[in-house]
Amino acid sequence: MRFIVLLCLSVALTGVRAQGNDASVHEYRLDNGLKLLVKEDHRAPVVVSQVWYRIGSSYEEDGHTGISHALEHMMFKGTEKHGEGEFSRIIAENGGSENAFTSDDYTVYFQTLENSRLPISFKLEADRMRNLSLNKAAFAKEIEVVKEERRMRTDDNPGAYTYETAMATAFQTSPYRNPTIGWMADLNHMRVQDLRRWYHKWYAPNNATLVVAGDVQPRQVLALAKKYFGPLKPEEITPPPSRPEVEQTGIKRIVVRRPAEVPELIMAWKVPVLTTARRPGSDVAEWEPYALDVLTGILSGGDSARFNAQLVRGKEIASSVDASYDLTSRLNSVFVVSGEPARGKTVADLEAAVRDQIASLKSEPVSDEELQRVKAQVVSGDVYQRDSVFYQALILGTLESVGLSWRDADKYVDRIKSVTAAQVQQVAVKYFTDRHLTVAQLDPLPMTGKPPRTMTGGMNHVR
Amino acid sequence: MYVDPNQLQARAVKKEWCLAFLLLLVCLPVAAAPKIQHWQTDDGAGVYFVPLRGLPIVDVAITFDAGSARDPKGKAGLALLTNSLLDEGAAGMDANAISFGFEKLGAQYGSDVDNDTASVSLRSLSDPKLLQPALANLRRVIGSPDFTDEALQRQRNRLLVAIQGKQQSPGALANDALQAAIYGDHPYATPTEGTDASVKELDREAVQDFYQRYYTAGNATIAIVGDVDKDQAAAIAGSLARALHKGLPPPPLPPVPPLTAARDIHIPFDSTQTNIMLGQPGDYRGDPDYFTLYVGNHILGGGGFESRLTKEVRVKRGLSYYAYSYFIPWRRPGPFMAAAATRSREANESVAVMKQTITDYIKNGPTKEELKAAKDNIIGGFPLKIDSNSDILGYVSMIGFYGLPLDYMDTFTRNVAAVTVKDIRTTFRRRLDVNHFVTVLVGQPASGEAQK
Repeated sequence: MRFIVLLCLSVALTGVRAQGNDASVHEYRLDNGLKLLVKEDHRAPVVVSQVWYRIGSSYEEDGHTGISHALEHMMFKGTEKHGEGEFSRIIAENGGSENAFTSDDYTVYFQTLENSRLPISFKLEADRMRNLSLNKAAFAKEIEVVKEERRMRTDDNPGAYTYETAMATAFQTSPYRNPTIGWMADLNHMRVQDLRRWYHKWYAPNNATLVVAGDVQPRQVLALAKKYFGPLKPEEITPPPSRPEVEQTGIKRIVVRRPAEVPELIMAWKVPVLTTARRPGSDVAEWEPYALDVLTGILSGGDSARFNAQLVRGKEIASSVDASYDLTSRLNSVFVVSGEPARGKTVADLEAAVRDQIASLKSEPVSDEELQRVKAQVVSGDVYQRDSVFYQALILGTLESVGLSWRDADKYVDRIKSVTAAQVQQVAVKYFTDRHLTVAQLDPLPMTGKPPRTMTGGMNHVR
Repeated sequence: MYVDPNQLQARAVKKEWCLAFLLLLVCLPVAAAPKIQHWQTDDGAGVYFVPLRGLPIVDVAITFDAGSARDPKGKAGLALLTNSLLDEGAAGMDANAISFGFEKLGAQYGSDVDNDTASVSLRSLSDPKLLQPALANLRRVIGSPDFTDEALQRQRNRLLVAIQGKQQSPGALANDALQAAIYGDHPYATPTEGTDASVKELDREAVQDFYQRYYTAGNATIAIVGDVDKDQAAAIAGSLARALHKGLPPPPLPPVPPLTAARDIHIPFDSTQTNIMLGQPGDYRGDPDYFTLYVGNHILGGGGFESRLTKEVRVKRGLSYYAYSYFIPWRRPGPFMAAAATRSREANESVAVMKQTITDYIKNGPTKEELKAAKDNIIGGFPLKIDSNSDILGYVSMIGFYGLPLDYMDTFTRNVAAVTVKDIRTTFRRRLDVNHFVTVLVGQPASGEAQK
């Protein structure tokens, strides 16, 4: 109590906004196994609440892909206490914004609210953690919405379709071969009883992390969490059998031929992540994922990075080209380069140019200037991200849900700062070999019925 | 901040939380919207400043009345091309040196163009050792761009690839077609990216002329938000304005004529879904009907899962992943638009449901309960809209550019609270006419057993 009074005073004295963010995270665990993380940020009277379940498409079985995401949709369809649509209505009338998302490794439900309204979020989330209705008629309609989502995001988007194909090709046994939204055939066959089974198996306090960030007092959040989530019963959680990716023995190539306009190149190398580096007996050093992260920054972390400086400008081979790598996935992942060739250049030209870039990373250490640039960006980026309460919560939840710890967030800047040019070179040599590579290309077919030439009704002035 | 007393009473909370909440209420007045300080530089640039000391960050955004509505006839894409060339070489430094100049400091440069505006922005840590050189680099970019032929040709080619890419996106095609049909000969009709034909014609002279005409101090709005005091902000704004040449704002854009007849456009396209967009001219920044239309549309199609369009199209019928409507206020009336995407054989049904929903709403307006729920959502959610430096920067730039009252953020919730059911009914009847909507469908023919 007293602290709140003091906080009020400090707000009043400093004028518009309060200072004094406590950078540290408060961690608690309830008796039923629910982990609670609280991060204070008193700049605005707002709170973000996120419930993270350790379930996603990388837990799914063949024939049932997309079930985690479909279940996420159904989580808005009501419980015994709160009927269909009531969850969203209550959050809305309290000025909240809410949504949810599903990934390979986790499913997340979140609300942002004016800070006094946190109990509303807890009450509703606790209710649907164990008491979802999963009504058959509601499912029949909602699965059609999910299929529309798949058509919109993937089937009618040649770039996304190519990416989906690339991942299904790169991974042979790893569950990362399946798209999070699921294959259409699996969506067609999905039954509400499958979702019930999946829900009871994974939605439990001991398989979740509750992350709260914003203008709150940790002890009060704990008291609230105990009140609303405390009574929930835990579930026996049996992780799926581990089916790691088999060793790749040579380059894989795939051509996607779809009606499209712009050709595209995707190159994906198998690489380790933090969780694998920490596994006992791992032949991956702890610094390697950080070195891969720095390498990503060297190639594509800004307009002065090598890809933009040398491939978009310089040789003018790419219209756009990016590298991406996420060191915080649950299972071994891929380092992905994706791009579109410049006008008059081909996918083959672009691939050759990317290979030159990789070769030079292997043969020569990166310059001190480049290394310092990447590190300066990481240092400032760490401050910039604090401007978003939501994003701060997102980082903590991600780490906890993939088998890492929120403490890794605090270590990140130092780990990046300690990466050397020699280490960047070493990971390039170790991982960027053709044996670990998959190359996918989008080879556009003519689009039939294509506007504007065949367009009806005097629309030619449009473009 | 506005707090609805009914909500406080309705809340069932435990005693200790009640106490905490009361204490927070005491804090609420100081959590009011930030105050904007405003002045003009000697060169005529308008400055809008909000000090925020919570984080060691400074954000600067310079907005010019130089959006795609200023593209000369036949030169669509010029505003975007010019804006994208600013950091591609300036004051004799090439693009690599300019971008490295920002990035070695951990600073972020951004640029953007929409129908009304062209802007550049800088985010930097507030440490003067980092901030000052980043600002010096920004002055080069806005004040001395080189527009070399090499950069021009490259950026033009990239723009052409982007335009080509839009041809494989049914949503982008629908959007362009809707805008073209709503605006006819008005400058808002053409897409910001331009067209394949128009962009191929753009040359260095056109870019130079556009830059000279529009990137002037007298046509600039400078927003500064973050960890600097007023003297520092004045010094920053003054030095940025001095980097530009003097000049005056351009003449007002022509008025937007109303639509006089319905128009149906079908663009055949190889897709599994049909993209649907309906629309007409909507409202403008500073419009006396702005808040009535904003609150009214929240109920119709702007309020997510609670809106009528989402309920009718997605929740009740499972026809689409999304269904929404928006008024997009520009300097002149921006579009009112409603959109959804559905499997092609259901396209006609979806259009009928959308039109019927809008027609009913125009005729009868919202219920009292709907209006209360919308107000609770908008008013209760307003703190979320201004909870970060970048959110506040967005508001400050918008308020400055459109000349809205400086207390816009402070009075926002009061203006929302004042809207009545009758206001919405009479205003929607006066401002929307479904019989004159443009209807765009991009996809396979709706009859479609053939494509199954």
